[in-house]
Amino acid sequence: MDISPSFFYLFAGFAVAFSLLVVFKKNPVASAFSLVIVFFAFAGIYALLGAHLIAALQILVYAGAIMVLFVFVIMLLNADTPSFDLGRSHWGLRLAAMILCLVAFGLFTWALKESPLPIFRGPFSPEQVDAAGGNTQVLSELMFSEYILPFELTSILLLGAMIGAVAIAKRKEAGNANRNAH
Amino acid sequence: MLLKPQKSLTQKIYIVDIAKGLWITIKNMIFAKKVTIQYPEERRNYSDRFRGVHYIKATNGVENCTACMLCPTVCPAECIHIVAGERPDKEKYPVQFEIDVLRCCFCGMCEEACPKDAIKLSTVYEMSQSRREVYEKGFLLEQRGNK
Amino acid sequence: MGKLTMDTLGWCILIGKAVGVILVLVSSVPLMVWVERRGSALMQNRLGPNRVGPLGLIQPLADSIKLIFKEDLIPGHVTAFYFVLAPLLSLIPAFMTFAVIPFAAPILVEGRTISFQVADLNVGLLYIFAIASLGVYGIIMAGWSSNNKYSLLGSLRSSSQMISYELSMGLSVIGIIMVFSSVRLGDIAASQGEAWIYLGSLMIPKWGVLIQPLGFLIFLTAAFAETNRLPFDLPEGESELVAGYHLEYGSMKFAIFMMAEYLNMTTASGLMVSLYFGGWQMFWPLTWIFDALGFTGMPHEWARVVFQTASFTIKVAAFLWFFVWVRWTLPRFRYDQLMNFGWKVMLPLSLANIFLTGALIYWKVI
Repeated sequence: MDISPSFFYLFAGFAVAFSLLVVFKKNPVASAFSLVIVFFAFAGIYALLGAHLIAALQILVYAGAIMVLFVFVIMLLNADTPSFDLGRSHWGLRLAAMILCLVAFGLFTWALKESPLPIFRGPFSPEQVDAAGGNTQVLSELMFSEYILPFELTSILLLGAMIGAVAIAKRKEAGNANRNAH
Repeated sequence: MLLKPQKSLTQKIYIVDIAKGLWITIKNMIFAKKVTIQYPEERRNYSDRFRGVHYIKATNGVENCTACMLCPTVCPAECIHIVAGERPDKEKYPVQFEIDVLRCCFCGMCEEACPKDAIKLSTVYEMSQSRREVYEKGFLLEQRGNK
Repeated sequence: MGKLTMDTLGWCILIGKAVGVILVLVSSVPLMVWVERRGSALMQNRLGPNRVGPLGLIQPLADSIKLIFKEDLIPGHVTAFYFVLAPLLSLIPAFMTFAVIPFAAPILVEGRTISFQVADLNVGLLYIFAIASLGVYGIIMAGWSSNNKYSLLGSLRSSSQMISYELSMGLSVIGIIMVFSSVRLGDIAASQGEAWIYLGSLMIPKWGVLIQPLGFLIFLTAAFAETNRLPFDLPEGESELVAGYHLEYGSMKFAIFMMAEYLNMTTASGLMVSLYFGGWQMFWPLTWIFDALGFTGMPHEWARVVFQTASFTIKVAAFLWFFVWVRWTLPRFRYDQLMNFGWKVMLPLSLANIFLTGALIYWKVI
């Protein structure tokens, strides 16, 4: 009794429907919540593919952390009224938007038609991953052996970004203090 | 000047103090005497001088009140209403004796003013009602059974 | 793997487990409400509700009947759709997280292994963190849709608190993952039954709390913060935020928030038991009784399941009581204290715990 295709269509349908809602909803908070559901649908598809680790990380990082911050910012800015309304904008802008959409659509269809899918099939089929002890173990072993350099470089990049954020926050504080002193 | 409290090392670690607090609560839970009075079954003991619902004293089935109007005069809340009448033996008596308990402040001045020891305040404190009601003479006479 | 292939009996067992777990969780809520109310009363030298039913046990039922029959009010100034959705969003993750917590060791019946957890995921712990991090959406949504400054403040506080303490919670668990080298909760619970050291003839098991005491303390504190229980219940903050994010809620919608809080407590307790207190491993009086009964064959296996479930339940109950106990002992943190504690104490300590664990594993102490 294999019911995974029906689950795939369920999740895929959710993903498409709520992606459209993200774009078409005028209320930014509603868009953000729709995006959370899109992430969920993606996580569901990952889980169906047997990539439980990626599914969990998808929810943990995207839905659980990044989107919380997004919603946070939207709520704090109180951006309830849309600042951009295409219907009322200049006709040139509308024309440009339409042309761009058509070009992008054409590009994507061309790319999908021409590129040989599936592009690349790695040595890690679900059966092999299971035999090697689940994808958490396989992934961490790869990460700490073959891909140790990119992994550490990414960590350094993130550390740099973190230090940069702290530095920017601190400098602004100091600038305010100076202005107050003068 | 802001004085920062001196903290010892155990206070800074915080766990010791939390454990102490937990011990206090569990001690209270198990050993301490509970202060709750389970109302309908157990009752609080009030003093004999507690001023509760009013009643009118009577001797040989006749109320002591002579309708002298001292209690309505002294009442600060002006909640006593008396209509005086005369009995065949020329004795004055209250035809109507009403106490508006919604206005009464239970100060007990009526009891003190009464020369005949007729109006008294009992220790009954359960006087909740579902209607706004004025205590009539009959009710006040009945209440003496509670004393 | 990858394909959901199962026969009918397998599906029946799975659905049966899911329904059973949900029923037990739901019925644990009124019981916990009763424990909370009686316990708090006793600690404050009162008696608590003791009129409805024996010892007042039916009181939560009476409360819930009252809440069901109250008017389901949606104030005029709220965003109605999200206002209704928010309580459900905080309830669903609370149920979902319990799915991977094992309450007994797997049993082999006629060639079929039945594991006593709803879903035996190989990313069990990560799944729990992923789902638990979603609980914050219910609170954010409630605060935002209520269109009320106290609610919004409460939900902002709650989300920043949850994000801050999730970090230390996740990092404190890494120690456990390192020691048992698995993220599958069933494996972690099973390997806690192994012997760690011997004191004479007394076998000291490899319980997480014994080999990871610092990690356990951090996890415990973070669990209190994640479940928004005192001393970390700033999102509710009665004294300054009135009731925080559920200020505008009444009747059954408020009750759902309450249920979510208690379910989160149960899940956090279950998680702590699985990670640090040996999961379904039996402890002294139960092992003694189990050995004395002396079953053999299949009855032995089933008796083992029953005893393991019992010991798991007892441990979880003990933790739930601890939640109540701490709530009625400690006062609330101030907001800056909370943030300082989370970022300047908990986070460095949890990082230190990882390094310490690594060193201890390297020197083969644990």
